[in-house]
Amino acid sequence: MKRHFEQELESLKTSLIKMGSVVEESIALSIKAVLNRDETLAREIIDGDERVNSLEMEIDNAIIDLLALQQPVAIDLRLILAVQKINNDLERIGDHAVNIAESALSLVRTRTEESLLELPKMAELAQSMLRNALDGFVHLDSKLGRAVLEQDDLIDELNRKTVTEVVNLMKEDRKTIEAGLDLIRISRNLERVADLATNIAEEVIFITHARVVKHRAGDKDTLPR
Amino acid sequence: MSNAEESRVRVIGDPSARLFSRPGNRTPAKIVVKDLNAFFGKTQALKNISIDIPSHQVVAIIGPSGCGKSTFLRCLNRMHEVGGGTMSGSILLEGENIFQYDPVLVRRRIGMVFQKANPFPTMSIFDNVAAGLRFNGLSNRKKLAAIVERCLRRAALWDEVKDSLGKSGVSLSGGQQQRLCIARTLAVDPEVVLMDEPASALDPIATAKIEELIFELKQNYTIVIVTHNMQQAARVSDFTAFFYLGELIELNATKALFTTPAKKQTEDYITGRFG
Repeated sequence: MKRHFEQELESLKTSLIKMGSVVEESIALSIKAVLNRDETLAREIIDGDERVNSLEMEIDNAIIDLLALQQPVAIDLRLILAVQKINNDLERIGDHAVNIAESALSLVRTRTEESLLELPKMAELAQSMLRNALDGFVHLDSKLGRAVLEQDDLIDELNRKTVTEVVNLMKEDRKTIEAGLDLIRISRNLERVADLATNIAEEVIFITHARVVKHRAGDKDTLPR
Repeated sequence: MSNAEESRVRVIGDPSARLFSRPGNRTPAKIVVKDLNAFFGKTQALKNISIDIPSHQVVAIIGPSGCGKSTFLRCLNRMHEVGGGTMSGSILLEGENIFQYDPVLVRRRIGMVFQKANPFPTMSIFDNVAAGLRFNGLSNRKKLAAIVERCLRRAALWDEVKDSLGKSGVSLSGGQQQRLCIARTLAVDPEVVLMDEPASALDPIATAKIEELIFELKQNYTIVIVTHNMQQAARVSDFTAFFYLGELIELNATKALFTTPAKKQTEDYITGRFG
Protein backbone atom coordinates (compact mmCIF):
# COMPACT_ATOMS: atom_id res chain seq x y z
CA MET A 1 0.00 0.00 0.00
CA LYS A 2 1.30 3.43 -0.91
CA ARG A 3 1.77 5.91 1.86
CA HIS A 4 -0.56 8.89 1.92
CA PHE A 5 2.41 11.17 1.24
CA GLU A 6 3.42 9.14 -1.82
CA GLN A 7 -0.13 9.40 -3.12
CA GLU A 8 0.04 13.18 -2.74
CA LEU A 9 3.36 13.27 -4.58
CA GLU A 10 1.85 11.16 -7.38
CA SER A 11 -1.07 13.52 -7.57
CA LEU A 12 1.29 16.51 -7.77
CA LYS A 13 3.17 14.84 -10.63
CA THR A 14 -0.10 14.08 -12.40
CA SER A 15 -1.21 17.71 -12.08
CA LEU A 16 2.06 18.92 -13.55
CA ILE A 17 1.83 16.43 -16.43
CA LYS A 18 -1.70 17.67 -17.10
CA MET A 19 -0.44 21.26 -17.07
CA GLY A 20 2.34 20.18 -19.46
CA SER A 21 -0.07 18.68 -21.93
CA VAL A 22 -2.34 21.73 -21.83
CA VAL A 23 0.63 24.02 -22.53
CA GLU A 24 2.02 21.72 -25.21
CA GLU A 25 -1.32 21.91 -26.97
CA SER A 26 -1.45 25.71 -26.66
CA ILE A 27 1.93 25.99 -28.34
CA ALA A 28 0.96 23.56 -31.11
CA LEU A 29 -2.28 25.43 -31.76
CA SER A 30 -0.63 28.86 -31.67
CA ILE A 31 1.78 27.71 -34.38
CA LYS A 32 -1.14 26.31 -36.35
CA ALA A 33 -2.89 29.67 -36.02
CA VAL A 34 0.18 31.38 -37.52
CA LEU A 35 0.60 28.87 -40.34
CA ASN A 36 -3.09 28.97 -41.28
CA ARG A 37 -3.64 32.64 -40.38
CA ASP A 38 -6.52 31.34 -38.25
CA GLU A 39 -8.09 34.17 -36.28
CA THR A 40 -10.65 32.01 -34.40
CA LEU A 41 -8.01 29.59 -33.24
CA ALA A 42 -5.74 32.43 -32.13
CA ARG A 43 -8.52 33.89 -30.00
CA GLU A 44 -9.21 30.49 -28.44
CA ILE A 45 -5.57 30.26 -27.33
CA ILE A 46 -5.63 33.74 -25.82
CA ASP A 47 -8.83 32.91 -23.91
CA GLY A 48 -7.42 29.54 -22.82
CA ASP A 49 -4.54 31.12 -20.91
CA GLU A 50 -6.73 31.53 -17.84
CA ARG A 51 -6.91 27.76 -17.52
CA VAL A 52 -3.11 27.54 -17.53
CA ASN A 53 -2.90 30.25 -14.89
CA SER A 54 -5.38 28.51 -12.63
CA LEU A 55 -3.57 25.18 -13.03
CA GLU A 56 -0.35 26.95 -12.06
CA MET A 57 -1.92 28.28 -8.88
CA GLU A 58 -3.40 24.88 -8.03
CA ILE A 59 0.05 23.29 -8.29
CA ASP A 60 1.63 26.12 -6.29
CA ASN A 61 -0.84 25.54 -3.48
CA ALA A 62 -0.25 21.80 -3.49
CA ILE A 63 3.50 22.45 -3.23
CA ILE A 64 3.08 24.82 -0.28
CA ASP A 65 1.00 22.20 1.52
CA LEU A 66 3.50 19.43 0.85
CA LEU A 67 6.44 21.52 2.02
CA ALA A 68 4.66 22.80 5.12
CA LEU A 69 3.02 19.58 6.18
CA GLN A 70 5.18 16.68 5.03
CA GLN A 71 8.78 17.79 5.53
CA PRO A 72 9.98 16.08 2.33
CA VAL A 73 13.64 15.07 2.03
CA ALA A 74 16.07 13.71 -0.61
CA ILE A 75 14.43 12.71 -3.93
CA ASP A 76 11.00 13.76 -2.65
CA LEU A 77 12.29 17.24 -1.81
CA ARG A 78 14.11 17.51 -5.16
CA LEU A 79 10.98 16.43 -6.99
CA ILE A 80 8.84 19.04 -5.25
CA LEU A 81 11.39 21.83 -5.78
CA ALA A 82 11.71 20.85 -9.44
CA VAL A 83 7.94 20.72 -9.91
CA GLN A 84 7.73 24.24 -8.55
CA LYS A 85 10.20 25.50 -11.16
CA ILE A 86 8.75 23.46 -14.01
CA ASN A 87 5.30 24.74 -13.08
CA ASN A 88 6.57 28.29 -13.46
CA ASP A 89 8.32 27.41 -16.74
CA LEU A 90 5.13 25.90 -18.14
CA GLU A 91 3.09 28.93 -17.20
CA ARG A 92 5.63 31.10 -19.05
CA ILE A 93 5.41 28.81 -22.08
CA GLY A 94 1.64 29.30 -21.95
CA ASP A 95 2.26 33.06 -22.09
CA HIS A 96 4.50 32.60 -25.14
CA ALA A 97 1.69 30.65 -26.83
CA VAL A 98 -0.52 33.67 -26.20
CA ASN A 99 2.14 36.01 -27.66
CA ILE A 100 2.40 33.83 -30.76
CA ALA A 101 -1.40 33.77 -31.06
CA GLU A 102 -1.43 37.59 -30.84
CA SER A 103 1.12 37.74 -33.64
CA ALA A 104 -1.10 35.39 -35.66
CA LEU A 105 -3.96 37.87 -35.19
CA SER A 106 -1.69 40.70 -36.25
CA LEU A 107 -0.65 38.78 -39.38
CA VAL A 108 -4.33 38.27 -40.20
CA ARG A 109 -4.99 42.01 -39.74
CA THR A 110 -2.14 43.12 -42.01
CA ARG A 111 -3.28 40.57 -44.61
CA THR A 112 0.29 39.71 -45.44
CA GLU A 113 1.23 36.45 -47.02
CA GLU A 114 4.93 36.67 -46.21
CA SER A 115 7.01 33.53 -46.26
CA LEU A 116 7.49 32.22 -42.75
CA LEU A 117 11.21 31.56 -43.43
CA GLU A 118 12.65 29.24 -40.76
CA LEU A 119 9.71 29.57 -38.41
CA PRO A 120 8.04 26.20 -39.20
CA LYS A 121 11.37 24.48 -38.60
CA MET A 122 11.90 26.39 -35.36
CA ALA A 123 8.36 25.58 -34.24
CA GLU A 124 8.92 21.90 -34.90
CA LEU A 125 12.17 21.93 -32.98
CA ALA A 126 10.78 23.89 -30.02
CA GLN A 127 7.83 21.53 -29.79
CA SER A 128 10.06 18.50 -29.95
CA MET A 129 12.25 19.93 -27.17
CA LEU A 130 9.21 20.61 -25.01
CA ARG A 131 7.85 17.11 -25.66
CA ASN A 132 11.17 15.50 -24.77
CA ALA A 133 11.57 17.60 -21.65
CA LEU A 134 8.08 16.66 -20.46
CA ASP A 135 8.57 12.99 -21.39
CA GLY A 136 11.81 13.15 -19.43
CA PHE A 137 9.82 14.37 -16.42
CA VAL A 138 7.07 11.76 -16.85
CA HIS A 139 9.57 8.88 -16.97
CA LEU A 140 12.22 10.62 -14.83
CA ASP A 141 14.58 9.90 -17.72
CA SER A 142 17.64 12.14 -17.81
CA LYS A 143 18.65 10.91 -21.29
CA LEU A 144 15.68 12.72 -22.78
CA GLY A 145 16.73 15.75 -20.75
CA ARG A 146 20.23 15.62 -22.22
CA ALA A 147 18.85 15.48 -25.75
CA VAL A 148 16.93 18.69 -25.07
CA LEU A 149 20.00 20.51 -23.79
CA GLU A 150 21.88 19.59 -26.95
CA GLN A 151 19.14 20.98 -29.21
CA ASP A 152 19.11 24.38 -27.58
CA ASP A 153 22.07 25.77 -29.59
CA LEU A 154 20.33 24.80 -32.81
CA ILE A 155 17.26 26.84 -32.08
CA ASP A 156 19.35 29.85 -31.01
CA GLU A 157 21.07 29.67 -34.37
CA LEU A 158 17.74 29.46 -36.22
CA ASN A 159 16.48 32.48 -34.29
CA ARG A 160 19.53 34.55 -35.27
CA LYS A 161 19.15 33.48 -38.88
CA THR A 162 15.46 34.35 -38.94
CA VAL A 163 16.01 37.79 -37.44
CA THR A 164 18.79 38.56 -39.96
CA GLU A 165 16.63 37.42 -42.88
CA VAL A 166 13.62 39.40 -41.70
CA VAL A 167 15.73 42.53 -41.21
CA ASN A 168 17.06 42.17 -44.75
CA LEU A 169 13.52 41.79 -46.08
CA MET A 170 12.45 44.90 -44.22
CA LYS A 171 15.38 46.85 -45.60
CA GLU A 172 14.45 45.81 -49.13
CA ASP A 173 10.73 46.53 -48.85
CA ARG A 174 9.22 48.87 -46.26
CA LYS A 175 5.81 47.23 -46.77
CA THR A 176 7.11 44.11 -45.06
CA ILE A 177 7.99 45.93 -41.84
CA GLU A 178 4.73 45.27 -40.02
CA ALA A 179 4.65 41.57 -40.85
CA GLY A 180 8.40 41.37 -40.34
CA LEU A 181 8.05 42.56 -36.75
CA ASP A 182 5.51 39.81 -36.10
CA LEU A 183 7.83 37.21 -37.61
CA ILE A 184 10.66 38.39 -35.33
CA ARG A 185 8.31 38.30 -32.38
CA ILE A 186 7.22 34.74 -33.19
CA SER A 187 10.83 33.69 -33.63
CA ARG A 188 11.81 35.19 -30.26
CA ASN A 189 8.88 33.50 -28.57
CA LEU A 190 9.78 30.12 -30.04
CA GLU A 191 13.35 30.60 -28.91
CA ARG A 192 12.09 31.37 -25.39
CA VAL A 193 9.87 28.24 -25.45
CA ALA A 194 12.99 26.23 -26.29
CA ASP A 195 14.90 27.92 -23.45
CA LEU A 196 12.16 27.06 -20.99
CA ALA A 197 12.06 23.47 -22.31
CA THR A 198 15.80 23.41 -21.58
CA ASN A 199 15.11 24.59 -18.02
CA ILE A 200 12.61 21.78 -17.60
CA ALA A 201 15.17 19.28 -18.88
CA GLU A 202 17.68 20.63 -16.37
CA GLU A 203 15.19 20.13 -13.58
CA VAL A 204 14.69 16.51 -14.69
CA ILE A 205 18.44 15.99 -14.30
CA PHE A 206 18.24 17.67 -10.89
CA ILE A 207 15.54 15.21 -9.78
CA THR A 208 17.18 12.08 -11.10
CA HIS A 209 20.87 12.82 -10.45
CA ALA A 210 20.78 15.54 -7.80
CA ARG A 211 23.00 17.56 -10.15
CA VAL A 212 22.60 21.22 -10.96
CA VAL A 213 23.45 21.60 -14.64
CA LYS A 214 22.05 25.03 -15.44
CA HIS A 215 24.36 27.90 -16.44
CA ARG A 216 26.95 25.44 -17.80
CA ALA A 217 26.28 25.59 -21.52
CA GLY A 218 29.85 24.63 -22.52
CA ASP A 219 30.18 21.83 -20.05
CA LYS A 220 27.92 19.19 -21.56
CA ASP A 221 30.43 16.37 -21.26
CA THR A 222 30.13 16.44 -17.52
CA LEU A 223 26.37 15.93 -17.66
CA PRO A 224 25.15 12.64 -16.24
CA ARG A 225 24.49 9.96 -18.83
CA MET B 1 -14.96 39.87 0.41
CA SER B 2 -15.87 36.42 -0.85
CA ASN B 3 -17.76 33.93 1.32
CA ALA B 4 -14.65 31.81 1.74
CA GLU B 5 -12.57 34.78 2.89
CA GLU B 6 -15.30 35.93 5.20
CA SER B 7 -15.56 32.56 6.90
CA ARG B 8 -11.76 32.33 7.24
CA VAL B 9 -11.57 35.73 8.89
CA ARG B 10 -14.29 34.77 11.33
CA VAL B 11 -12.39 31.64 12.30
CA ILE B 12 -9.14 33.52 12.71
CA GLY B 13 -10.71 36.28 14.74
CA ASP B 14 -12.37 33.95 17.20
CA PRO B 15 -10.57 30.73 18.07
CA SER B 16 -13.62 29.43 19.86
CA ALA B 17 -15.80 29.98 16.80
CA ARG B 18 -17.88 27.00 15.90
CA LEU B 19 -15.55 26.15 13.07
CA PHE B 20 -17.09 22.86 12.14
CA SER B 21 -20.76 23.07 12.95
CA ARG B 22 -21.70 26.23 11.09
CA PRO B 23 -24.67 25.81 8.75
CA GLY B 24 -23.49 24.61 5.39
CA ASN B 25 -20.35 23.01 6.75
CA ARG B 26 -20.28 19.40 5.65
CA THR B 27 -18.42 18.21 8.72
CA PRO B 28 -20.71 18.09 11.74
CA ALA B 29 -19.16 18.31 15.20
CA LYS B 30 -18.78 14.98 16.97
CA ILE B 31 -17.78 16.56 20.26
CA VAL B 32 -18.64 20.10 21.33
CA VAL B 33 -16.53 21.47 24.17
CA LYS B 34 -17.81 24.65 25.76
CA ASP B 35 -16.09 26.77 28.43
CA LEU B 36 -14.06 23.90 29.77
CA ASN B 37 -11.98 24.63 32.86
CA ALA B 38 -9.86 21.92 34.46
CA PHE B 39 -8.07 21.95 37.79
CA PHE B 40 -5.56 19.94 39.74
CA GLY B 41 -6.47 20.98 43.26
CA LYS B 42 -6.35 24.78 43.11
CA THR B 43 -4.12 24.89 40.07
CA GLN B 44 -6.02 25.69 36.90
CA ALA B 45 -4.74 23.63 33.97
CA LEU B 46 -7.29 24.65 31.33
CA LYS B 47 -9.00 28.01 30.94
CA ASN B 48 -12.31 28.41 29.14
CA ILE B 49 -11.60 26.05 26.28
CA SER B 50 -14.27 25.89 23.60
CA ILE B 51 -13.64 23.62 20.65
CA ASP B 52 -15.75 21.60 18.28
CA ILE B 53 -14.22 18.28 17.27
CA PRO B 54 -15.42 17.47 13.73
CA SER B 55 -16.67 14.01 12.89
CA HIS B 56 -14.33 11.69 10.95
CA GLN B 57 -11.47 14.13 11.07
CA VAL B 58 -8.16 14.19 12.90
CA VAL B 59 -7.65 17.07 15.32
CA ALA B 60 -4.11 17.53 16.64
CA ILE B 61 -3.38 19.38 19.86
CA ILE B 62 0.07 21.00 20.00
CA GLY B 63 1.82 23.22 22.49
CA PRO B 64 4.80 23.30 24.84
CA SER B 65 5.03 21.03 27.89
CA GLY B 66 2.57 22.02 30.56
CA CYS B 67 0.23 23.83 28.17
CA GLY B 68 -2.66 21.57 29.09
CA LYS B 69 -2.87 19.51 25.93
CA SER B 70 -2.86 16.12 27.67
CA THR B 71 -5.22 17.40 30.34
CA PHE B 72 -7.59 18.51 27.61
CA LEU B 73 -7.47 15.06 26.03
CA ARG B 74 -8.07 13.37 29.36
CA CYS B 75 -11.10 15.57 30.02
CA LEU B 76 -12.71 14.34 26.83
CA ASN B 77 -13.26 10.83 28.21
CA ARG B 78 -13.33 11.79 31.88
CA MET B 79 -9.89 10.36 32.60
CA HIS B 80 -9.00 13.68 34.19
CA GLU B 81 -11.20 12.80 37.14
CA VAL B 82 -9.40 9.49 37.67
CA GLY B 83 -6.33 11.30 39.00
CA GLY B 84 -8.47 13.48 41.30
CA GLY B 85 -8.77 16.39 38.88
CA THR B 86 -11.90 18.50 38.64
CA MET B 87 -13.49 20.32 35.74
CA SER B 88 -16.32 22.64 34.80
CA GLY B 89 -18.03 23.52 31.57
CA SER B 90 -19.70 21.15 29.15
CA ILE B 91 -18.57 18.41 26.80
CA LEU B 92 -21.25 17.15 24.44
CA LEU B 93 -20.80 13.91 22.56
CA GLU B 94 -23.31 13.93 19.71
CA GLY B 95 -25.27 16.51 21.67
CA GLU B 96 -25.30 14.55 24.96
CA ASN B 97 -23.48 15.83 28.02
CA ILE B 98 -20.85 13.22 28.93
CA PHE B 99 -21.04 14.20 32.62
CA GLN B 100 -24.56 12.75 32.78
CA TYR B 101 -23.26 9.28 32.05
CA ASP B 102 -21.23 6.61 33.79
CA PRO B 103 -17.56 7.31 32.93
CA VAL B 104 -17.17 3.66 31.85
CA LEU B 105 -19.85 4.14 29.20
CA VAL B 106 -18.22 7.39 28.08
CA ARG B 107 -14.86 5.62 27.68
CA ARG B 108 -16.48 2.86 25.66
CA ARG B 109 -17.57 5.50 23.14
CA ILE B 110 -14.39 7.57 23.47
CA GLY B 111 -11.41 5.20 23.54
CA MET B 112 -7.84 6.13 24.38
CA VAL B 113 -4.36 5.13 23.28
CA PHE B 114 -1.49 6.09 25.55
CA GLN B 115 2.07 7.25 25.02
CA LYS B 116 3.61 4.00 26.14
CA ALA B 117 2.19 0.82 24.66
CA ASN B 118 0.60 -1.07 27.52
CA PRO B 119 -0.62 -4.50 26.37
CA PHE B 120 -1.84 -6.75 29.19
CA PRO B 121 1.40 -8.60 29.94
CA THR B 122 -0.12 -11.96 30.83
CA MET B 123 -2.39 -12.10 27.80
CA SER B 124 -1.89 -13.36 24.27
CA ILE B 125 -2.21 -11.06 21.26
CA PHE B 126 -5.72 -12.43 20.66
CA ASP B 127 -6.79 -12.03 24.27
CA ASN B 128 -5.43 -8.49 24.45
CA VAL B 129 -7.78 -7.44 21.66
CA ALA B 130 -10.66 -9.57 23.00
CA ALA B 131 -10.29 -8.38 26.61
CA GLY B 132 -12.71 -5.45 26.37
CA LEU B 133 -15.29 -7.54 24.52
CA ARG B 134 -15.13 -10.31 27.12
CA PHE B 135 -15.42 -7.71 29.86
CA ASN B 136 -18.62 -6.57 28.17
CA GLY B 137 -19.95 -10.14 28.21
CA LEU B 138 -19.19 -11.42 24.73
CA SER B 139 -18.02 -15.03 24.87
CA ASN B 140 -18.94 -16.50 21.46
CA ARG B 141 -15.56 -17.63 20.16
CA LYS B 142 -16.51 -17.20 16.50
CA LYS B 143 -17.80 -13.66 17.00
CA LEU B 144 -14.76 -12.78 19.10
CA ALA B 145 -12.41 -14.12 16.43
CA ALA B 146 -14.17 -12.10 13.73
CA ILE B 147 -13.95 -8.87 15.73
CA VAL B 148 -10.32 -9.50 16.74
CA GLU B 149 -9.38 -10.02 13.10
CA ARG B 150 -11.25 -6.92 11.97
CA CYS B 151 -9.61 -4.76 14.65
CA LEU B 152 -6.13 -6.12 13.98
CA ARG B 153 -6.67 -5.41 10.28
CA ARG B 154 -7.85 -1.88 11.02
CA ALA B 155 -4.78 -1.39 13.20
CA ALA B 156 -2.63 -2.59 10.26
CA LEU B 157 -1.19 -5.40 12.39
CA TRP B 158 -3.09 -8.47 11.12
CA ASP B 159 -0.60 -9.51 8.45
CA GLU B 160 2.25 -9.41 10.96
CA VAL B 161 0.54 -11.42 13.73
CA LYS B 162 -2.10 -13.62 12.09
CA ASP B 163 0.05 -16.74 12.52
CA SER B 164 0.99 -16.02 16.11
CA LEU B 165 -2.20 -14.84 17.79
CA GLY B 166 -1.48 -17.07 20.78
CA LYS B 167 1.86 -15.44 21.51
CA SER B 168 2.18 -12.99 24.36
CA GLY B 169 1.30 -9.39 23.51
CA VAL B 170 4.53 -8.16 25.05
CA SER B 171 6.58 -10.37 22.69
CA LEU B 172 5.88 -7.85 19.92
CA SER B 173 8.12 -4.91 19.02
CA GLY B 174 7.29 -1.49 20.51
CA GLY B 175 5.57 -0.30 17.33
CA GLN B 176 3.58 -3.53 17.04
CA GLN B 177 2.58 -3.30 20.70
CA GLN B 178 1.27 0.21 20.10
CA ARG B 179 -0.77 -1.03 17.13
CA LEU B 180 -2.01 -3.90 19.31
CA CYS B 181 -3.19 -1.32 21.84
CA ILE B 182 -4.93 0.56 19.05
CA ALA B 183 -6.63 -2.70 17.99
CA ARG B 184 -7.67 -3.28 21.62
CA THR B 185 -9.15 0.22 21.75
CA LEU B 186 -11.05 -0.35 18.49
CA ALA B 187 -12.48 -3.70 19.68
CA VAL B 188 -15.19 -2.13 21.84
CA ASP B 189 -16.26 -0.11 18.80
CA PRO B 190 -15.64 3.46 20.00
CA GLU B 191 -16.75 6.46 17.98
CA VAL B 192 -13.83 8.64 19.03
CA VAL B 193 -10.21 7.62 19.58
CA LEU B 194 -7.99 9.83 21.73
CA MET B 195 -4.26 9.41 21.27
CA ASP B 196 -1.77 10.80 23.76
CA GLU B 197 1.68 10.97 22.11
CA PRO B 198 1.08 7.56 20.51
CA ALA B 199 4.37 7.49 18.62
CA SER B 200 6.75 9.36 20.90
CA ALA B 201 8.44 6.18 22.11
CA LEU B 202 8.78 4.67 18.63
CA ASP B 203 11.46 4.68 15.93
CA PRO B 204 10.81 6.54 12.65
CA ILE B 205 9.57 3.47 10.76
CA ALA B 206 7.14 2.46 13.49
CA THR B 207 6.10 6.11 13.79
CA ALA B 208 5.38 6.28 10.06
CA LYS B 209 3.18 3.17 10.37
CA ILE B 210 1.21 4.70 13.23
CA GLU B 211 0.81 7.96 11.29
CA GLU B 212 -0.39 6.10 8.21
CA LEU B 213 -2.77 4.18 10.43
CA ILE B 214 -4.21 7.40 11.89
CA PHE B 215 -4.89 8.58 8.35
CA GLU B 216 -6.73 5.32 7.59
CA LEU B 217 -8.67 5.25 10.86
CA LYS B 218 -10.41 8.56 10.31
CA GLN B 219 -12.68 6.89 7.77
CA ASN B 220 -14.34 5.09 10.66
CA TYR B 221 -13.49 7.15 13.73
CA THR B 222 -13.06 10.69 14.96
CA ILE B 223 -9.54 11.17 16.24
CA VAL B 224 -7.96 13.63 18.64
CA ILE B 225 -4.19 13.36 18.96
CA VAL B 226 -1.89 15.12 21.37
CA THR B 227 1.66 15.42 20.15
CA HIS B 228 4.71 17.47 21.01
CA ASN B 229 5.98 16.69 17.54
CA MET B 230 4.69 19.54 15.40
CA GLN B 231 5.72 17.85 12.18
CA GLN B 232 3.62 14.89 13.15
CA ALA B 233 0.64 17.13 13.77
CA ALA B 234 1.19 18.66 10.33
CA ARG B 235 1.41 15.26 8.66
CA VAL B 236 -1.57 13.52 10.22
CA SER B 237 -4.21 16.06 11.13
CA ASP B 238 -6.97 17.98 9.38
CA PHE B 239 -7.25 20.59 12.13
CA THR B 240 -4.71 21.75 14.67
CA ALA B 241 -5.25 23.46 17.99
CA PHE B 242 -2.38 25.33 19.62
CA PHE B 243 -2.54 25.47 23.42
CA TYR B 244 -0.40 27.70 25.62
CA LEU B 245 -0.55 28.08 29.40
CA GLY B 246 -3.91 26.34 29.56
CA GLU B 247 -5.51 28.48 26.88
CA LEU B 248 -6.53 27.74 23.34
CA ILE B 249 -4.54 30.23 21.29
CA GLU B 250 -5.55 29.13 17.82
CA LEU B 251 -7.66 26.48 16.20
CA ASN B 252 -7.35 26.31 12.46
CA ALA B 253 -7.28 23.98 9.49
CA THR B 254 -3.85 22.32 9.71
CA LYS B 255 -2.88 23.62 6.26
CA ALA B 256 -3.70 27.17 7.32
CA LEU B 257 -2.09 26.88 10.74
CA PHE B 258 1.21 25.67 9.29
CA THR B 259 1.31 28.08 6.35
CA THR B 260 -0.44 31.24 7.54
CA PRO B 261 -1.13 31.01 11.28
CA ALA B 262 -3.59 33.62 12.49
CA LYS B 263 -1.84 34.38 15.78
CA LYS B 264 1.72 35.59 16.28
CA GLN B 265 2.14 33.26 19.28
CA THR B 266 1.32 30.30 17.04
CA GLU B 267 3.79 31.44 14.42
CA ASP B 268 6.51 31.94 17.02
CA TYR B 269 5.91 28.48 18.45
CA ILE B 270 5.82 26.52 15.20
CA THR B 271 8.87 28.35 13.83
CA GLY B 272 10.83 27.66 17.02
CA ARG B 273 11.06 31.33 18.05
CA PHE B 274 9.11 30.83 21.19
CA GLY B 275 9.96 32.52 24.47
